[in-house]
This record gives sequence, C-alpha cells and structure tokens, in this order.
Amino acid sequence: MDTDPALAARLARDVEAAFPSLVADHQDRLYTIALRLLGDRRDAEEVAQDALVRAFRAMRGYPRERVATLRLRPWLASITVNLARNRRRRHDDRQPPNQLEPMLDAGFDLAADGRSAPATTLDRRETKRELATALLTLTPAVRAAVVLRHVDGLSVAETAEALGRPEGTVKAQVFRGLRELRAALDTAPEAPTTTPSHMRAARLVPALEAIR
Amino acid sequence: MTTETFTDPRLEASLRDLRVAAPPAVGFGALVEAGLADRYAPIDTPLGRAFVAWNGRGVSWVGMADDGAAFARRFGEEVGRPIESAHAPPERLASAIRRRLDGDRRVRIPLDLRGHTPFEVMVWMKALEIPRGEVRPYGWIAAEIGRPKAVRAVGSALAHNPVPLVVPCHRVVRSDGLIGQYSMGGADAKRRVLAAEGLDTRALEAEASAGIRFTGSDTTHIVCNPTCRDARRVTPQHRVTFPSLAAARSAGYRPCLHCRPVSVAGAA
Repeated sequence: MDTDPALAARLARDVEAAFPSLVADHQDRLYTIALRLLGDRRDAEEVAQDALVRAFRAMRGYPRERVATLRLRPWLASITVNLARNRRRRHDDRQPPNQLEPMLDAGFDLAADGRSAPATTLDRRETKRELATALLTLTPAVRAAVVLRHVDGLSVAETAEALGRPEGTVKAQVFRGLRELRAALDTAPEAPTTTPSHMRAARLVPALEAIR
Repeated sequence: MTTETFTDPRLEASLRDLRVAAPPAVGFGALVEAGLADRYAPIDTPLGRAFVAWNGRGVSWVGMADDGAAFARRFGEEVGRPIESAHAPPERLASAIRRRLDGDRRVRIPLDLRGHTPFEVMVWMKALEIPRGEVRPYGWIAAEIGRPKAVRAVGSALAHNPVPLVVPCHRVVRSDGLIGQYSMGGADAKRRVLAAEGLDTRALEAEASAGIRFTGSDTTHIVCNPTCRDARRVTPQHRVTFPSLAAARSAGYRPCLHCRPVSVAGAA
C-alpha cells in the first residue's frame, strides 16, 4: 500500500495505471463510511463505487500538479459523504430509514473469532449492532463527523477538510456525537442473556423482507 | 467552545470496530465503470449463444466461445484487461443489443473501440450504415470512406471487428458477390446471419457466380446493388441486370441514391 503522497504522485503521472491501486487502498474505507452513514449495504455499495468512479473522472480532468497534491484520504471521504447525503435525501422522500438492516449487518459481518469465549463474541456483536444503530440516530452532520473521525480514523484537520467545516465545529460535533452515542448505549436494553443475538436477528428477517 | 477533551477509549475502539471490508463488486465495479476492466455475459444471437463484454465506455467485445471461461481467456489474450462474468448485461445495454440485432439501426449502442486504428473505426462505422438484410462489397466501404484503393485493408479491418453482430461486418461481402469469410464461424455462419435477416443468400450467390453485379429497373432507369431495398421492389418483368456499373451507365442508368453502387476495380 502506497502512502497517500506516493500514490497521488503516481496518479499524477498516469491516472489509468495507478487507479487500481487507489481502488485497492481505499475501497474498504469508502464502503465503511457509506455504510455507517446510510445503514444500508446496497446503498453503501453503490455510493462507494460511485465515489471511486467520480474520483477517477475528476482526476482525469485535473491538471497534473493538482492531482499530485491531492490529499487522497480526506478528498475521497468528502466525495463519499456528498454522495451519501444526496442518496439519503432521495430516500427521505420515499421512506423512513430502514433501521433493521444495519442491526443485522453489524451483527453478522464480524468474522467470528473462534477462540474467544462465546459470551465475549456475543458481547462484541451486541456492541457493534447497537452502536451501528445508534449512529443512525445522530443528526447527519454529527454522524458524518463521528464516522470520519472515529470509524474511518481521519484527524480532526482531515475531517474538517473533508466536511468543509471549521475544525472547531468538527470537534464540537464529534464531542456531541460521542456523548449521544454513550447515552444511547447506556440506555439501550441490556443484551438479553436468554436469547442469543443470532436468533433475535433471525426473527428480524421476515420483518426486513416485508419492508423491502 | 470549551476545551472539550471528552475521550472514551472504549467507545472509540468500538467505533473503529465498525470498519468492514467492501464487497468485491465495489472495487471491480469502479474499474469497470472507469473502463479499466470489463464484465461479460451470454447473449442470444441468430448464431445461438454468444458472449458480450462491456465496460463504462461501451461494448468492447463480442464473440462465440464454448463457455464463458473460454471467452474470458480469449478476451484476456486479445484485450488484456481483467474481466469477470455477470449474470446479464445492464438492462439498457441488453435491450439496445436486442433491438440492434432485430434490425433497428437507430438504437445507439456505445462502443469501446480504444486501441484500434482510426481507419478500422471508420470501416466499422460505415458497415453500421448497411441496412439489415442487405449486403455491400468491400469496395463499396472503401469508396464510401474515401479510400477506394484500400479494398484489402477494408477486408482486414472487418476481419478484426471486435464487436461482430453489433457492428454488422457480416453485411459486407466479396466484391465478386460471393459471401466471403466471417470471424464468427466462417462463410456458413455468415450465410445463417444474413438468412436470419431475410436475405436469400443462395439466390444472391447464384446471381453473383453468373456475373451479375448490379440490377436496375427499366421504368426508373436506376441501377442498384442487388440487395438494395429499392432494387428488391422491382417486379421481375421490369428487372434488368448488369455485369458492371459501366455497362449500366452506357445503357442510360443512373446510380441509386440510397445504396450508391460503385464500380469495383478488378472484380467486376
């Protein structure tokens, strides 16, 4: 994996030759950002793919010097956030956000660690499910700040750049987001000890199908 | 703002734990849209099942193969880009191809012809103008693109058509009127495609070997390529045939404005 400046330099020399490396390096994080902003896997796939394609087209239109100095991580994040915002607006016109899929998603995409005690794995799945769902209850602006800063791991400066907001605003939004997440998790119903999460999830599937 | 140094290491670790791997379709799909990789799927054609490859720029390859794997291998050798199978082409592309194969010349199908010469592309675009069920000689294409002496190069370009059927190179025949070769399975396959378009290839070849190159009407005094739709409307009692355009001209016939017959050097 290239460092971003090295990859940007290669892209400036030959976008087509270096683009597959950009895809390999960034597809997981762009998909993660889209998934955690939107809560829907299919939407996230489309947004992540579209973000990569738009980046490709943009770079082909930019002068070399501009491509060479791109800060790829925040730049690609900002394209993804914008596409996710457009997609959410379209969705909001149609239907309320689907909160079942992210719960299922968070519970089952985890490659279960066979060595850990079952209870630990369950705890971790519970946490992920609840956290993924809680993220979707944050306002979009706060959610984007938290996802870029703490899920994707951008610095405050990079998050501010990606979102086009002052650093102070980003810090405040992240602060508020973490506080609300903490509160949501603390008040979330205790993980039941009687019903394993995968069985509860199985009961959600018919409901999910009915929504589709 | 206060200097809010609210940190919650456990919560932050849990948020990092929400990272997931993208499904493979995300990255590959981006490469396809960028034209750096392709997808392929089977399509129904008059020759049976063929395969079509495409990317964000358009259709890149059409070919017959025993199976998808053989098609993908061939594509890799000829084009060199990564390729993966898909269930079917995108619906818009699939319906455009279907309509094109059914003879609708107005339907636009984007083509990805990168890596080919401008001459080849000119030849293929000209072949697209030949109506379904009609044929023209190689020399006709050469004359139409302003390279009347490049008949052999036209034949070579048509033999390398990467998108047969979509670009109807099967509608271009030898200048002596015989059917000629075809990349999708030889002369017999070419006859089958033309027959599926309603052309009587046996009659065409019989006339060609009898030395007939052009036909006209003794009421309009217009001379046509034999398969021109105008020529085929002429009733048998008014139909006249010519071995060359010169013979037609000296009999007082003028060339049809639709099929624009040309004299073909050396073959007439």
